[in-house]
Amino acid sequence: MITIVDYGMGNLGSIRNMLRRIGVDAIISGDPLAIADAEKLILPGVGAFDKAMARLSDCGLRGVLDRKALTDKVPILGICLGMQLLTRSSEEGVLPGLGWIEAATVRFPRGNGIKVPHMGWNAVTAVTESPLVADAPDGSRFYFVHSYYVLADDRRHAILNASHGVTFDAGIQADNIMGVQFHPEKSHRFGKHLLGNFASL
Amino acid sequence: MLRTRVIPALLLRNESLVKTRRFGRFTYVGDPCNTVRIFNELEVDELCFLDIMASRAGTRPAFELLADIADECFMPLAYGGGVRSAEDAERIFKIGFEKVAVSSAILEKPELVTQLAESFGSQAVIASIDVKRGVTRRPTVRGSGGRRRTGRDPVEWAKEVEDRGAGEILLTAIDREGTWTGFDLELVSSVAGAVSVPVIAHGGAASLADIQSVVRKAGASAVALGSMVVFQKKDMGVLVNFPAPAELEMTLG
Repeated sequence: MITIVDYGMGNLGSIRNMLRRIGVDAIISGDPLAIADAEKLILPGVGAFDKAMARLSDCGLRGVLDRKALTDKVPILGICLGMQLLTRSSEEGVLPGLGWIEAATVRFPRGNGIKVPHMGWNAVTAVTESPLVADAPDGSRFYFVHSYYVLADDRRHAILNASHGVTFDAGIQADNIMGVQFHPEKSHRFGKHLLGNFASL
Repeated sequence: MLRTRVIPALLLRNESLVKTRRFGRFTYVGDPCNTVRIFNELEVDELCFLDIMASRAGTRPAFELLADIADECFMPLAYGGGVRSAEDAERIFKIGFEKVAVSSAILEKPELVTQLAESFGSQAVIASIDVKRGVTRRPTVRGSGGRRRTGRDPVEWAKEVEDRGAGEILLTAIDREGTWTGFDLELVSSVAGAVSVPVIAHGGAASLADIQSVVRKAGASAVALGSMVVFQKKDMGVLVNFPAPAELEMTLG
């Protein structure tokens, strides 16, 4: 059973829908008690960094999420903004991030003809082995929409790279904490494979 | 590198899929959910649904149908037609669509673009601009499914909606729509050259060569296909299809 964290930011139905399609049970919940019991968590997110961090606190989820991530060490997958929240800070905002992984979120450089947001389908390159991306189908590509990107301090925590003017970390992992910048729930069979891998951890 | 997005643009009319010609005469294409299943199997980049009656008739988006569509789709989804407020948009996002397209409503109330962008992010807001050329060939923006004249210049309007926060522009050449005569390269080029947000060219595509020229020559960031993906050929029967990935790569790579 996967618990998708509902804190009012993002497209939760699509994630549950894809999980259901691959035969994985999932619930959407913003209840701290339900999250305290979760075996696995998905932290989605679409929108602004500060607003998301503020919402996590306002929903009373900060403490329980820290405990699940750092003490219970259940597998947690951040998606899109949810990945950026795992880092200590973002150039998009002033509030600190969850800081569960040594990484920072920075803004795409402007100019040189690169369109921001980075929006559309892009290829990724596996840079460190991870069960999350094991046995990925040939020609894997994913749907991205973001204006900021993540760089892990320790290169061993970068599992996938992608390029858009700059090379950035499209997937990160430190033990049970994982994040992907793209939307697996909107990435056809490539996303199904990745979410299937997460479900079988 | 980003792939150029090739997006089937599917027209809804009273919950059926249709295909129009120059925003007028229409042909019945089929059931939206069946069609979506096929596009899902074909692994299309993105789907865009446009309800061609909602603005004209002043009706609400068909939320239940949109929910059924979202259940079948594992790719990004956009919806346009009768979206008049942030509440409408929010409901569409909750259903599982990533983007809303707004056209008539923003002609009356341009501040809606900003309101949507501030609430949901620019990436979720497509300003849809329908353009028709007059007898002098001067292009102007039309509202209400092509019926209402605004006299606005498409380039100026595109710049304004970009300033107001639109993340993309869906640029439809009414005179080319459903005609298989190729994109209006001059129109696309003038708009794409004036804004920095992605411009999705729509109207007239008949071949991969058309797609190639609107991207390479006119600077479109993405293309929307109508007739090409629902008919076998010009004046032939319905056949839901999509260019093979290898063909697209050859054309756009």
